[in-house]
Amino acid sequence: MKPAPFAYIQPRTEAEALAALAEHGDDAVVLAGGLSLGAMMNMRLVFAGVVIDINQLTDLDYLRNEDDWLRTGAMLRQADALASPEIAGVLPLLHEGLRHVGHYQTRSRGTLGGSVAHADPSAEIPLCLATLGGDVELSSQRGTRRVAARDFAESALSTCRAGDELITALHWPIQGNGGVAFREIAQRHGDFAVVAVAATVRRSGAGFSYSLGFGGVEGRPRVLDGVAPDTNWGGFARDAVAAFVDTLAPMEDPRVSAAYRSDVSVHLGIETLLEALGKAA
Amino acid sequence: MTDVKRIGRDERVRVTCTVNGKRQSGFAEPRTLLSDFLRHELYLYGTHVGCEHGVCGACTVTLNGRLARSCMTFAVQAEGAAIGTVEGLSDAGTLNALQRAFTEFGALQCGFCTAGILISATHFLAKVPNPTEEDVRAMLSGHLCRCTGYEGMVRAILSVAESSS
Repeated sequence: MKPAPFAYIQPRTEAEALAALAEHGDDAVVLAGGLSLGAMMNMRLVFAGVVIDINQLTDLDYLRNEDDWLRTGAMLRQADALASPEIAGVLPLLHEGLRHVGHYQTRSRGTLGGSVAHADPSAEIPLCLATLGGDVELSSQRGTRRVAARDFAESALSTCRAGDELITALHWPIQGNGGVAFREIAQRHGDFAVVAVAATVRRSGAGFSYSLGFGGVEGRPRVLDGVAPDTNWGGFARDAVAAFVDTLAPMEDPRVSAAYRSDVSVHLGIETLLEALGKAA
Repeated sequence: MTDVKRIGRDERVRVTCTVNGKRQSGFAEPRTLLSDFLRHELYLYGTHVGCEHGVCGACTVTLNGRLARSCMTFAVQAEGAAIGTVEGLSDAGTLNALQRAFTEFGALQCGFCTAGILISATHFLAKVPNPTEEDVRAMLSGHLCRCTGYEGMVRAILSVAESSS
């Protein structure tokens, strides 16, 4: 399978990339690591008049601590993020999630920004960002805006990014002490998750505040925020997770029924929440 | 914007890169895959093309030190880059330690997937010199082999790691 013909533009700076996007807008796709876009183009699920290759934008390959936030440049590679002691230290949920992203080979060039832009419903990086309550930074010649990750994806592979906008950074709130857990069920190690669940928990007053994110269930990550009691988590987690999953409309595909996705969500959700609570206590 | 590189959809341009330490050049349209460029322009048939959507791993090469699925990388992206393919592993026809271990442990049968796996394993052992069996199996999950069941590869890679540590 070969991609349909397209024109190629290789900007070397963010300004040049934004100018190319302003010029070609909706007829253009942005090429980062290419691990998702390349497959989509080869299978002719994506036709692009113009490919704007941002691999020369090394200025966007960074990791910065900004007060209570960690800011990752859009071109930070998944392998480098996984190997980063800083991310393992202050964003353990992202570290855990990254271990499930694709394979050793695909993480080498795959980027954090590209994964968020692609918005696969089962992708781990956007799930972690949404669960933690992070933001997506979008830039265009019109200016820069920050969108909450929970609002960024609208449905499977569809986001609120305008045609002239480029994802330039992801903003991750640093949670401080607490517990995190990340679990997923896939048909094969490294495959797309049937269901992925991310949990972050912090002690709060007499109990624990938590965020529990579900990926692969609906077209975009869905997050339950709540407060857990100090003890007796078992019954609480069962009720809270089952009630939330009941409100979701799970996807159905030839291999995985909606009912199975729903069942897996409940069981994995409970296990993941309990693991994170156990670590936070 | 005048000096931003632009290549028209039907334009065919010369691409020059360093493959296995040797400067090479050939022609490519924007949509030419790096895998096809290596095989049909540079006549380096060691890199195999399997699924052409990044799943099977047969076409894996290194691009500026990172692993790349060459079927999902465009040849024009390789301009000025350093590429590593399976042809660069042996020294004038003499198999290297990893290749010898693959032979010894029966880590290949038909050989279709082997080129990509050797490239991955070489990159992996440079990053993770003392891997556990679980590490090796996780790395191999990025490749499909329909002959061997992977067992020989796991043992071959672990034996090279042990003998060089």
